[in-house]
Amino acid sequence: MDFREDQIERYSRHILLQDIGVEGQERISRAKVLVIGAGGLGAPVLLYLAAAGVGTLGVMDGDVVDLSNLQRQVIHFTPDVGKPKALSAKEKINRLNPDVHVVAYNEFFTAENALNIIRDYDFIVDGTDNFPVKFLINDACVLSGKPFSHGGILRFDGQTLTHLPGTACYRCAFHSPPPPNAVPTCSQAGVLGAIAGMLGTIQAAETLKFLTGTGELLTNRLLSFQAKSMHFRTTPIRRNAGCPVCGEHPTVTVTTLHEAEQAVCELKKKRG
Amino acid sequence: MAKVIVNGEEQDISLPVSLIELIRQNQVSQPDMVSVQINGIFIVREKYEETIVKEGDEVDFLYFMGGGR
Ligand SMILES: [Zn+2]
Repeated sequence: MDFREDQIERYSRHILLQDIGVEGQERISRAKVLVIGAGGLGAPVLLYLAAAGVGTLGVMDGDVVDLSNLQRQVIHFTPDVGKPKALSAKEKINRLNPDVHVVAYNEFFTAENALNIIRDYDFIVDGTDNFPVKFLINDACVLSGKPFSHGGILRFDGQTLTHLPGTACYRCAFHSPPPPNAVPTCSQAGVLGAIAGMLGTIQAAETLKFLTGTGELLTNRLLSFQAKSMHFRTTPIRRNAGCPVCGEHPTVTVTTLHEAEQAVCELKKKRG
Repeated sequence: MAKVIVNGEEQDISLPVSLIELIRQNQVSQPDMVSVQINGIFIVREKYEETIVKEGDEVDFLYFMGGGR
């Protein structure tokens, strides 16, 4: 890949880094990254990956921009209220960096489309806001041998874990979704807007570290922080033999994902 | 009193104590919203009552965080 002069200038602060250089920037520019959710976490992830010149950015979100999103979802602006988030995000990315090829999916990540969509990408970022989809992203990535970044935020706190094939997965630590009635979401519990930025930029940094082979990723450890005290901690996490997807007796397999997909399809048929 | 390490910090507790009691003592308001490992081994939720915490155990409470939008 030969960079144009304006690209050498645009990416000069990356190229200056010994760990990245021209070669690392080439890897970034050739990479395909899928960001699921163009909201609180997805916004900073997308903006930083776009600025970094990631070759292809998939943006997946089936929702539209709401006024209550703008307190933290910094890729969407006031005139975007009512617009599909995937399109609003694509417009900003195109203006920030025309080098980036954006694929906008104006739909949600489901058992039906999961395996097909992630197949095209080198790295996947979880920027979603509910447990069923967080577990689905984990399962689809583990079963497809895809690396991904898990991220979760609540009130003043955040957590993130990076998975590479063979390392501990989200289910190794969290097994299965908590009972739905126990779960506060951001819409019920609230979240300090900047927390999304704090966690999202960590996920973006992990993505760029992965793409360039730099440093040590957050594999086999969970980073969590509590912003009220600004206390950060990494907890070692091991592969768990009892893990439902990567353990010794998995109950989540490609077949069960397909079954979930078929159940969805049949429900749709019934609804006509 | 005995020392156990909870989320990386030493705590003095009187033994014997079950995991569910330790969870209560640490004011985890919703035990359903926490995943627990002792010395790096995850404990399934059904075993919180019968699991006994020993002196020197490293206990980690990992909170479920479902937000992102
Ligand atoms: Zn696992």
